[in-house]
Amino acid sequence: MNLRTLIPVAGAALVLPTVVLAQDGPVAGVNASTDTVFIFNSLLFLVGGFLVFWMAAGFAMLEGGLVRSKNVTMQMTKNIGLFSLAAIAYYLIGYNLMYPLGSWSIGSDEAGGYLGAFGPAVLEAVGITSDAADDYGYASTGSDFFFQLMFCATTASIVSGALAERIKLWPFLIFTIILTALIYPIQASWKWGGGFLDSQRGFLDFAGSTGVHSVGGWAALAGALILGPRIGKYAADGRVTPMPGSNLALATLGTFILWLGWFGFNGGSQLAMGTVGDVADVSRIFANTNTAAAGGAIAALVLTQILYKKVDLTMVLNGALAGLVSITAEPLTPSLGAATLIGAVGGVIVVFAVPFLDKMKIDDVVGAIPVHLFAGIWGTLAVLLTNPDATLTGQLVPIIIVGLFVFVVSLVVWIVLKGIMGIRVDEEAEINGLDMSELGMEAYPEFSKG
Amino acid sequence: MKLIIAAIKPFKLEEVREALTSVGVRGMMVTEIKGFGSQSGHTEIYRGAEYAVNFVPKVKLEIVVADGMAEQVVETIATTAKTDKIGDGKIFVLDVESALRVRTGETNDDAI
Repeated sequence: MNLRTLIPVAGAALVLPTVVLAQDGPVAGVNASTDTVFIFNSLLFLVGGFLVFWMAAGFAMLEGGLVRSKNVTMQMTKNIGLFSLAAIAYYLIGYNLMYPLGSWSIGSDEAGGYLGAFGPAVLEAVGITSDAADDYGYASTGSDFFFQLMFCATTASIVSGALAERIKLWPFLIFTIILTALIYPIQASWKWGGGFLDSQRGFLDFAGSTGVHSVGGWAALAGALILGPRIGKYAADGRVTPMPGSNLALATLGTFILWLGWFGFNGGSQLAMGTVGDVADVSRIFANTNTAAAGGAIAALVLTQILYKKVDLTMVLNGALAGLVSITAEPLTPSLGAATLIGAVGGVIVVFAVPFLDKMKIDDVVGAIPVHLFAGIWGTLAVLLTNPDATLTGQLVPIIIVGLFVFVVSLVVWIVLKGIMGIRVDEEAEINGLDMSELGMEAYPEFSKG
Repeated sequence: MKLIIAAIKPFKLEEVREALTSVGVRGMMVTEIKGFGSQSGHTEIYRGAEYAVNFVPKVKLEIVVADGMAEQVVETIATTAKTDKIGDGKIFVLDVESALRVRTGETNDDAI
């Protein structure tokens, strides 16, 4: 995920082409020229980037399907709002904060970087030649920016589902700006920007079980705690009142879209496609990512049948997503069998974590915390199973550091927002639905009430 | 004239309609309803939380027939909708004061 840690990967790509004379171009069937490597690496970022972009659609559909029909317009508004704000925040602040390229505001590459550089992202000029490229030996800056931006936006998407059906629009969007401009890029720089978790701790988090998914999960958990559960969700006698989603077909479509997008998320995180080895690795990652999702879905399918005597589709959808999150920290080294099992454990986690959160009276409308936070922690630890370079403390300590940072900062931001402007709609607005009370617009105006 | 109100299991609707048509019933009103009787609901699980379904889906038939036909209609519905399982439904018979066909102005037995 960062230019620096890529060097071992991309380095191999750069050494091999030197056997080929530059003027003669590549020898067919042997190696690619530097131009070709640059082009293919950039292409991987671009294709990966638009696949990850499409995950925004997946989150929107999943959340639109799992909220009640009276809150669908609001949920869609939050989804397109948060994505757009994330795009601007990452451009203005986030990108250079995450990738300071050695220019740390606090720390250094050698001693460990803690706070990156401040300044907006700047692309390469129009129509550059190879000698004007920022990193000719690797990939275009524009493709890298585009790809990384989508990951940042994904983090924000995770938060919106957990807090649905009761949070006010504007405080939520303000939190999104802080998350995507500061919280996400700062912690991501610690690993992917070459900061202290990378250089000092040997932390391994391939595409971000911790760096993206747990970060979104921690921010969502902090928000859910400050916001409180939906009215009527938890009865005084401790019973849980289910609030079934409005459209399980949309929720299923959303899950499949996320599953598709994940090929870009994990596959693109190989960060290079200029050699036979890289392309073979990207292929392994695609296959492992897919089978982990299947493992998670099947685990939830079987487990809900056994526990509840009937399959719960919403849990199966969450199970597939948990499988995807679980394999995200290490989608390359596992065999297909190991990847399936790693994903299946994610599915099991979800089936137990959803009722557990209800028992704690933490109301997470779409299961974002079990899927992204709990399975994210599991996935980060699961690196130990198949990657010999991983160490227990190298994984565990960064999980705790990132978790504490994101949870505490998010908690403070939510508390401040609550104090300044209030983060929750009033009781009448919540019961009538946010669509009419906050936006004056229904998602399904031709449906009768009832 | 009699008004026959029957609450039956939804999957029996088509069978009951056919049986009633074959004994000469020429019209009926059908509504999808929810309610409870001695079946009194059941429990389901959503995302690990058990909840009570207090109202069970049923279909309500409303049929107006001449006095002489009422018994046969009740009998037909009862035998056709019967599954011997709890929740088969109930049938009520009420007197009807008058009837009028809007298009022709015919009244009472001529109107049904």
